[in-house]
Amino acid sequence: MDVMMRLILAQGMLGLNNGVFYAMLSLGLAVIFGMLNVVNFAHGALYMLGAFVALILSSYLGPWIGLDALHLGFWPALIIAPIVVGCFGMLIERTMLRWLYKFDPIYGLLLTFGIALVLQGLFSNYFNSAGTPYPAQPESLRGVVHLGFMVFPKYRLFAILFSIVVCFLTWFVIERTRLGATLRAGVENPELVQAFGINVPRMITLTFGFGTGLAGLAGVLAAPIYSVSPLMGANIIIVVFAVVVIGGMGSILGAITAGLALGLIEGMTKVFYAPAANTVIFFLMVIVLLIRPAGLFGRQN
Amino acid sequence: MATSEQTIGRSDTRGNGINLVLWAILLLFLLTAPAYIYTVFAMQLLCFALFACAFNLLLGFTGLLSFGHAAFFGAGAYLAGHAIKVWGLPPLAGILLGTAAAAVLGYVIGWLAIRRQGIYFAMITLALAQIIYFFGLQLPFTGGENGLQGIPRGHLFGFLDLNQPLVMYYFVAAVFLIGFLIIYRTIHSPFGQVLKSIRENEPRALSLGYNVTRFKLIAFIISAALSGLAGATKSVVFQFASLTDLHWQTSGEVILMTLLGGLGTIFGPVVGALTVVSLQHELSSLGSWVQVVIGAIFIVCVLVFRRGIIGELARLLKTSSM
Repeated sequence: MDVMMRLILAQGMLGLNNGVFYAMLSLGLAVIFGMLNVVNFAHGALYMLGAFVALILSSYLGPWIGLDALHLGFWPALIIAPIVVGCFGMLIERTMLRWLYKFDPIYGLLLTFGIALVLQGLFSNYFNSAGTPYPAQPESLRGVVHLGFMVFPKYRLFAILFSIVVCFLTWFVIERTRLGATLRAGVENPELVQAFGINVPRMITLTFGFGTGLAGLAGVLAAPIYSVSPLMGANIIIVVFAVVVIGGMGSILGAITAGLALGLIEGMTKVFYAPAANTVIFFLMVIVLLIRPAGLFGRQN
Repeated sequence: MATSEQTIGRSDTRGNGINLVLWAILLLFLLTAPAYIYTVFAMQLLCFALFACAFNLLLGFTGLLSFGHAAFFGAGAYLAGHAIKVWGLPPLAGILLGTAAAAVLGYVIGWLAIRRQGIYFAMITLALAQIIYFFGLQLPFTGGENGLQGIPRGHLFGFLDLNQPLVMYYFVAAVFLIGFLIIYRTIHSPFGQVLKSIRENEPRALSLGYNVTRFKLIAFIISAALSGLAGATKSVVFQFASLTDLHWQTSGEVILMTLLGGLGTIFGPVVGALTVVSLQHELSSLGSWVQVVIGAIFIVCVLVFRRGIIGELARLLKTSSM
């Protein structure tokens, strides 16, 4: 295999690595938007919160509660952080978002923007905005794997596979199970579903909790790869918005596919013209808007 | 929108009286501000007030939420700064060039973004503004992380020395007043009435035969141009243009100023800008807590104070012309 091909494949793998995070975040946004008709601007901040919960569990919680020897590592964090973030999301939905459903959806966007600022500001006060490395990468995932064309960190490969499985499960639950059918029916006709004895407001809360939990999960997965920083959410959320515009927010599969594909393309751009890597997704958004304004997988309403 | 509950276009004598009082307060403030507040701070206030008024034309009177208005503010600032510093243009010419550049950018971004509506419009403008942000970071003439520094203030019309704080102040006050009058005229013209009808009920405006897309685009361009005017003036006042001018947080701040002052009111954005800029000044020693406070005000405004300061005042006084 020639050098160029190796380089492309290597950057492609790294791009795919970013892509799984785009996919998980845009998936969460799509699930929330489908049910609540709210674009959650705080999604990036909740992703950051997930990473910080993992960091706190491993380094700060023990000293805080007087048990210096207590270090909860990666695997407990992978379960606890999404639950914490999901519960926090449900709290937001119950106490604030709920009152805005009868108004223009832009108020939901503005509210969650405010929440994102508060979270980002709070964490910036207590943590270094340049980022703190996550110390508790699991022993079993250290080292590298030989993929033939490159050596790839074992943990990153795990993150890619794990995220794809999570995305697939989410798709499966929503599109192929009875629970998912109820959810989709609740979107189409809330009154009718309510008449069948299903508690629609609770379903909405749980959906928001699930969507934000996905953001928290993405945060934990990202923690060992990128350094944990108060700004990590703000940097990714705008890209994810562009991904959502490209994929169209109506479709679960669209959100996943667009996230993965755009991560790949962003990685490739680093090979061919590195300065454009920051903006390539936004330019692709422009092209999609020109050709197919509703998004690649969206329906024009 | 919150304003849809108000009565629209009914001109009552009481409303006219209140309107006159507000105009008098505004003009008095413009004339006398340097006597009781720090001149540079007063100029900063006026630049952001103009920015917020320009933004309000779009969100408050057309119902379009742009989350990327920092792009126009910053583009105006950078281009005016570059034209004055490197090309040696006089300040007024530089500012006009910055304004024109923001208008052109407004045409391009507006033309792309109005293909989608509502919440998508907000996300698209945010993403497009991010391209401009990265241009500001990476283009050779912008100075990257440092921004564009040392922009000379120069002489207005060749003989008024803008390095004199008071001369500079009254120039900024004049720019603000011109911008404000343009917006006031736009809102009260037949064109402005069509914009309001689009805000209230777009399908209906469309069915009445108005070319909704064209109206939206023109409103977007006017708003972008005046935002650029505000940014260009700011870069002459402070003698620098920085990445902050282009940052999404600036786009967020201008939304907050408009929301806090009162969406779709004439004087609201001025009051909102005054409040937010003063608050940032007062809290500047607190570091990141400023962001927490700004975010908290956002939350409170959206949840319980959607009419904003002037909007609530107008409701108490039972008038729609504030």
